[in-house]
Order: sequence, then structure tokens, then C-alpha cells
Amino acid sequence: MSADMNEGEAMTKSKRVHVLAMAIAALSVTVTPAWAQTGTGHVEHHGGRAPAVDAPRKTQGSMPAMGQGGMNHEATPATSDSHSGMKPDAPQPSTSGAMPGMNHGSPSAPQRGMSGLEQGTGTMDHGDMNMQGGAAPPNARDPHAYSGGYTLDSGPHALPGPRLLRLADEHSFGALRVERLERVHTRDGNATAYDTQAWFGRNYERLVLKAEGDAARGKLQEAQTEVLWGHAVATYWDTQLGVRYDSGVGPDRGWLAFGIQGLAPYWFEVDATAYVGNSGRIALSLEAEYELLLTQKLILQPRMEINAYGRRDPARDIGSGLSDAAVGLRLRYEITRQFAPYVGVEWASKFGESADLARAGGEKRSETRWVGGVRFWF
Amino acid sequence: MKRHSPFFLAVPDLPRRRFVQGLAAGGVVLGLSSVIAPAWARTTDTVTGRAPVLTGTEFDLVIAQSPVNFTGKPRMATTINGSIPAPTLHWKEGDTVTIRVTNTLRESTSIHWHGIILPFRMDGVPGISYAGIAPGETFTYRFKVEQSGTYWYHSHSGMQEQTGMYGAIVVTPEGGETIRADRDYVVQLSDWTDEDPMHVFAKLKTQGDYSNYNRPTAADFFRDASRDGIQSALDKRKMWNEMRMNPTDLADLSAATLTYLMNGATPAGNWTGLFRPGERVRLRFINGAANTFYDVRIPGLKLTVVQADGQNVEPVTVDEFRFGPGETYDAIVTPADDAYTIFAQTMDRTGFARGTLAVRPGLTAPVPEPDKPEWLTMTDMMGAMGGGMSGGMSGGMMPGATRDMGHGGMAGMRHGGMAGMNHGGMAMAPGASASSQVRHARTEYGPSTDMRVDMPRTNLDDPGIGLRNNGRRVHSLADLSTLGGPLDPRGPEREIELHLTGNMERYSWSLDGLEFGQSTPVHFRYGERLRVILHNDTMMTHPMHLHGMWSELESPGGRFQARRHTIPVQPAQRISFLVTADALGRWAWHCHLLFHMDAGMFREVVVA
Repeated sequence: MSADMNEGEAMTKSKRVHVLAMAIAALSVTVTPAWAQTGTGHVEHHGGRAPAVDAPRKTQGSMPAMGQGGMNHEATPATSDSHSGMKPDAPQPSTSGAMPGMNHGSPSAPQRGMSGLEQGTGTMDHGDMNMQGGAAPPNARDPHAYSGGYTLDSGPHALPGPRLLRLADEHSFGALRVERLERVHTRDGNATAYDTQAWFGRNYERLVLKAEGDAARGKLQEAQTEVLWGHAVATYWDTQLGVRYDSGVGPDRGWLAFGIQGLAPYWFEVDATAYVGNSGRIALSLEAEYELLLTQKLILQPRMEINAYGRRDPARDIGSGLSDAAVGLRLRYEITRQFAPYVGVEWASKFGESADLARAGGEKRSETRWVGGVRFWF
Repeated sequence: MKRHSPFFLAVPDLPRRRFVQGLAAGGVVLGLSSVIAPAWARTTDTVTGRAPVLTGTEFDLVIAQSPVNFTGKPRMATTINGSIPAPTLHWKEGDTVTIRVTNTLRESTSIHWHGIILPFRMDGVPGISYAGIAPGETFTYRFKVEQSGTYWYHSHSGMQEQTGMYGAIVVTPEGGETIRADRDYVVQLSDWTDEDPMHVFAKLKTQGDYSNYNRPTAADFFRDASRDGIQSALDKRKMWNEMRMNPTDLADLSAATLTYLMNGATPAGNWTGLFRPGERVRLRFINGAANTFYDVRIPGLKLTVVQADGQNVEPVTVDEFRFGPGETYDAIVTPADDAYTIFAQTMDRTGFARGTLAVRPGLTAPVPEPDKPEWLTMTDMMGAMGGGMSGGMSGGMMPGATRDMGHGGMAGMRHGGMAGMNHGGMAMAPGASASSQVRHARTEYGPSTDMRVDMPRTNLDDPGIGLRNNGRRVHSLADLSTLGGPLDPRGPEREIELHLTGNMERYSWSLDGLEFGQSTPVHFRYGERLRVILHNDTMMTHPMHLHGMWSELESPGGRFQARRHTIPVQPAQRISFLVTADALGRWAWHCHLLFHMDAGMFREVVVA
């Protein structure tokens, strides 16, 4: 796999910066909160988002808790110590017990935490608390500081030979998720559509395969297949780098792909990818979905998909600019977590020049699709 | 270790009730053999629901694949001498025991003597103590038993522990038993899955909450909104949703995956211990589960806790206690009526293990319903910060937990403040109590972690989520006081800090954000006395088990509390213990939730 990776990297080296810029531009529209939180946390750190930090302090939030000092028998001896030591350091004695502890935490984060805390009942914004993501402060602890220079296979009492104990973090796993395998019914006819994703690898590096397409009248109409190297960059986000191949009606097209896939706040699953093809073609695609649990097993899934192209490709009925979008709603019943039939409806439309090309080809510009299918993974 | 197969197939749902309750016959295949003969000699019979007892100084244990049936589906288990639980080993303090373990499996195996102080080559961790026991091989363990109390043993290879390899160890004190009891029962709790545990693990990698059927739903939202108002319902969910974390993430695996066992018997199998009214009955509770925290109570009886992790403690009388995989608690009960239910509900409230104390076989007592699952609170997520907020938060954000949280906030802040003041930024100069300066590792800022706690809680008197203010007297770590005090009167020469970390979405578990494979060992200097701080940056409780040396838990103020081999650390909690590094060698140190351990929440300790 690493060989593939290197090859992939080499292939894209020349265009990578360009692609990256595009991808970020595409993402900034949609996943700014998450991206900002994970990628630029360190900047925020010092910037300090004035409004949140300066929110009026409601000390009653912490005071009642402090008042119960007698409840912990050990608090009593500690209190005198803490008072004697506290004075020189505690900048705001009025906020009492909560502050000293905070001053000794890692310099900036807890302060921000405090501000979030004291917003209390109102708009508690955990984003300010820096509990996730961000960049390590310069004085962050070295996780190898306690090793004494020893490693798992060297140093006193180590078993001879290569290391034997390898846990699951050093094993590869994989899964195949068939997100949609459905029969599509429109006024003009029926089709079968599929949308699958498979991965193989470890926690932070994995091979990702994506395949999406549809067939009608016994013929593959449109198919898009991607082979990507997924690399974890933040708690909930992976970058993906690889290739995409389009087939079906019209000439086949190949692309280099750079994207990001992950989970945005409020559990939106987001998949955004920028593509660079032959002769300067570029494309962007964005997918987002959400799962609304009506019950533990009955789940409503809104889903949207948008595609845009940098230049026209009439041979594939694609115009430049925003080309098509689909918004769907699927209701599934999870017989098990791994197998769920569903029904749904999807509204799909083509835009701009793509719409003109479709009309010229005798197709409708937009259509309503009724779908029924299964979702499963293993 | 077994190859991890990347793909696996869905197993269809079993009829719900049978799955949860199990078979009444409790997994016995081909009829129960009526004599306690070496059951392993006839590999077609697997004894479950009771453990044979082996006594003496020489033991022969045979590891084999054995057929079992807990849920109506025949499965193969990995057994020791053909029984689940494995035979209870009775040792005597001061004896030198010899145990020959023969592996008839097609894969490597091992046995670890959990909580037993012994030379590291005898500790039974493949890859650290020794190479493991290869197929067809017999390994001979020999060591002097230098302690007494209730312990247990289990495989330390792959997922064998979950598939049946666990048994109890009872060590009689050299001078005879000091805890007076008329009856003495081992009550070993465990969990079973019909699926290949590694497949279950792989599913968690694909969907971390696949076994959770208590996830927040739209129906819950409307219920909250109509009761408390829409704003309150939104507020209650805001942080969880923004952080993409689940307030019902109380266990990785629920009753949808697991069948809960007491002494190898399903709830329907109903393990029964007999007594005569008025007798003092000693129950040696061992949590030998792979992935389950149990909350144990016996409705109608008070439990007097007399021992924890094999060490005698100041007796404390409670209604209920929680313990995680690896921990043991001995309790004395004095039953007077005809029958009582031993009820061990799981922390996530999806199921329970159950047995009966009765004056004659066949009697049963009412079995309670599991409590309603509670959402994790701000205390569980933010530690003292959450506690400090409790006064100001209204609208059911932290239902009914104000008292505990006040505690949490207070303890964290007071002690936090004090310790922080005393030691400033000098982490290597330990004082009377643990440093409160939170020092996240730089590797905690990446994809391997989903949260960090900047203001942990340090109080030990919180029994944990689901047990706060439940109307019962629930045991907590603050109740523990090991008789005799610390083994080593010295104060710590230095202090080390380790953070418990994970990412539920990726299903990765680690320490300091580093899984075992990327880690380096923790070096204890031979002979030193040091303080270890465990700081939980996750929303789950982790039973942390240090092999080879005692972990002497201290209070937030630095007072000796209890001698443990396995210490549960609650979400957003920061606890500390002292260790005397008197055991040369390499040792394992890990979360005893089997899947967390296997995911890499594991360190090697070098004492040199």
C-alpha cells in the first residue's frame, strides 16, 4: 500500500498545491466550523474570541459547589494550604476556588474553558473550551519522557528477537459499506443506482474505495469509481488523495482526486473532493448526509450532493459551472445495525449549461425520483 | 496471535428474550456431567454454571476448544480444563505453587495470574513476560504465593479471555482465614458473545455505536422539549452534538451483543448459592468480564465489603457497588429469608447477570428491572468544570446530580488549587498530594483523541454515572481503606502523569494519544517509590491494571486510601496512586476492558 501511496503522491506532486487550494476553497463554504476547530485551533487559542471570553461572569455558577466544602472531609486541611499559596498568584480572588486550579493548568486553554463555563445556562459554546482538536502548545508533555531511553524491544529485560506483542492498532481492518443499493423510479423510467464505500487499513492510514453510479435499460449510464489513500488529519477528518475514473455513456474520463471526508459538528457526514483531469479539467463534488433517529431503528436520512465542473465536456453532457444537484430523504428501518431496507424520494436537477445539454438531448432538466433499496455493511 | 480477518458477516438477531436471558440450561452441552471428573478429558462436555475446585500446590491446566451453548446457538469456547469459569484454584499463602499449562489449541495461548505478585517471567503476558504457550506446548509456572485473598486468572492472548478463559483464585492467609464466614462462594461475573470477538471489534471500527440501542432520538427530544421547553432540550444536546459525542456511550457493547454470566450461568440459568438462615456468607465477587462494568446488589441484603482486590479493607456496609473488569470485591451478607437475587446490572442498563442465594435449590426471588439508563453529565465530560457549573445550570442538564457535582467541583478545585500552588510548574517535584497541573501530551492533539479535560475532578466519592442519588448507599473508592496502611511508608520521589485517551468514532484507544504500537515503555527505577497520576480524557470509565506491583491509591489530599491491582478511573477524573518499583522486569499496564486493551490502551513498564 505504501508503494501505491508514493506513486499517488508523485503523480500529483505538480498539481497538488493547486488541488489543495481548490479543495480548501470548496470546503470553506461548508465545513468551516469543523475545519477551523481542528485545523486552526491554535490560532484561536491566542486570539481569544473576545465576545465569548468577556461574557459577564456569573460566579453563582460555581459558588454553590464551593460552599459545600464540608462535604469532603479532606478539603479542610487543604484549604488553609491553598489559601496561603493562593494569594500571590490568583488574579481574581473574587471568583474563588475555581480560579487557582485554572491558573495552573495549561496556560490558555482553561481560561477559555472558564469563559465557556460561565456563560452557563445561555449559549454554552464548547468550541471555546478547546476540548477537541487544536495544536499542541509548545510546552506540551513529551509522551516518551518516561521511557528512560528504552523501547519495546530494547533495554533491560526485553525479550530477545523482534517484538512479539502487536495489538489491534498494528493490524489492518476493513469494511464494505453499501450506503445505497436502490431501484429508482421516475416518470421517464426506472434505473438501479449504487453507492458504496470500502476501506482497508489501520486507524489513521487506510485505502478507500468509492463506487457510485447507475444503470438503466440494462446499460451502465454513469459510473464513478475512486481509489484513495485516506489519511487522518484531525479527530473526525481524513484527507483523501487518489484517482477517480468515470465510465458509462460517453467517453471515459480520469481524474486525480483530493478530498476530505469526516464528521462535522452536529453529526453531519461530509465528503468533499476536488478533481483535476486531463487538459485542465477540474471538478468539485460535495456530499453531505445526516441521520435523524426517529427511534433506535427507524432512521430518516436527508442527503445532498452537488457537482461542479471547471470547463464544459459536451461529450458527457456536462457544462461548466454548477452542473447538478440532488437532495434526497430516505427512511430506513435497521433490522440490524448492519442491514436496513429503505424507501425515499430524491429531487435532482441540472443547472446552467448542463441543463441546456440535457434538454438538447431530450432529457428533463429536473426530476423527482422515488427510491427503494437496502443499506448494509460488513 | 490470531490473524485479524478484515471481513465478517452479519449475524442475524436472535429472539430477543432468549438472547438476553440465555438458556436455562446455561450453556451445558450434551448434558451436565454429574461427577466433578476431569471434564476436559472428554472434550465434548463443557461444564458451565459452576467451577470445579482444585486445591494443593501442583496443578495441571489444559486449554482447549470446547462446545458451549448460552443462547440457543452452539458455539465453540476456549476453556481451561473444560469448564466456564475455569477451575477455582485454592492456594495457601507461603506455598510455592506449580502449574503446568498445556495448550491443545491451534493458536498460542497464555495464562496471567491477575493481581498476584510474582517474578515477571511467571506473569503470563505473551511478548512481555515470555513468548506465550505455543500449540502443543506445556509451560510450567512456579512461584511462591506471598499474599492472600481473592484473585483470578485469565488468558492474556488475543480475545481468549472473552471466549471463556477465566477462573478464580482463592488464597488462604498463612495464619488461617481472618474473615469469619460460614459459607464462602466465588461469584465470578463475565460476558459472552456468540460472535467472534474480533469480528465484534472490527464492527466497532466501522461503527463505534453499533451496539448502542439507547442513542438519543427525535422522540427523546420531543419528550424533553414538551417537558422542559425547546430551549432546554436544545441546550441539553448542544455540546454533545457539537463535539460529536454521545451522552449514552456508557459501554462499547450492550446486551445486543453480549450475554451476561454469573459463574458461567446465564440469567435464566440462575446460579444458586445455598445458605442456612443467619449464616454469614462470604461472596467473592470477581469481574472477569471482557467489556462490562457491573453494578451489584442483593435486594433485601446489606453488603459489608471486607476486601477489595484481595486486600482486606475497613468493613463498609453498602447496598450496591460498581466494579469493572479486573476488580474484585469480597462482601459478607447475612441472609435471613428463603431466597435473594444477586443482581448485577450492567453500567449501560441493557442487561444483567443474575444468581440466587437460597436455602434450598430451585428457590428464586424477584428479579428487579434494570434502572433507566442515564445520560452522561457535564461532570463526566468536563470534570470539575462541569461540577462548578452545576449551580448555574438549570433545566435538567444534569439530572439530580447536583450534590455529587458540587463535590466534584469542590474537590477538584480545592485540591487542584492547593497542589498547583505548592508545586507551580515543577512537575518532577512531588509533594504531599498529586500535582494538579494538567499536562496533556503533545500527541493528544491529533486524530487519536476526541476530547481533553483541562479541569478534571479528583474526588473519589462519586460512585459514577447511573448510581448518583439512586436512593441506595453505593460504594465508592472513597469508602476504601486498606487495613495496615501502605506497604511502603516513603513518599514519592517523583511523579509521572499518563492520560487515558481515545476516539470513539474511530474506535481507537490509547494512552497519551499513542497506541501501544507507537509507544515507548514507562521506566520505573528499581527500588523507587513514585506517584502515578492517571487523568481520564475520555467519557468512559477505564479499569487500569498495573501488573507486578501494587497500585496504592491515594486521596486527592495525598492520604493512603487502598491497595489495588486494578483502579477504575471515571470520565474526566484524575486520580493518583503510589507504586514501589520493587519488581524487576517488564510488566504490562493497561485498561482491563479487553477491547480497549487490544486497541492499544496499553503500556509496557520496565523496572530496572
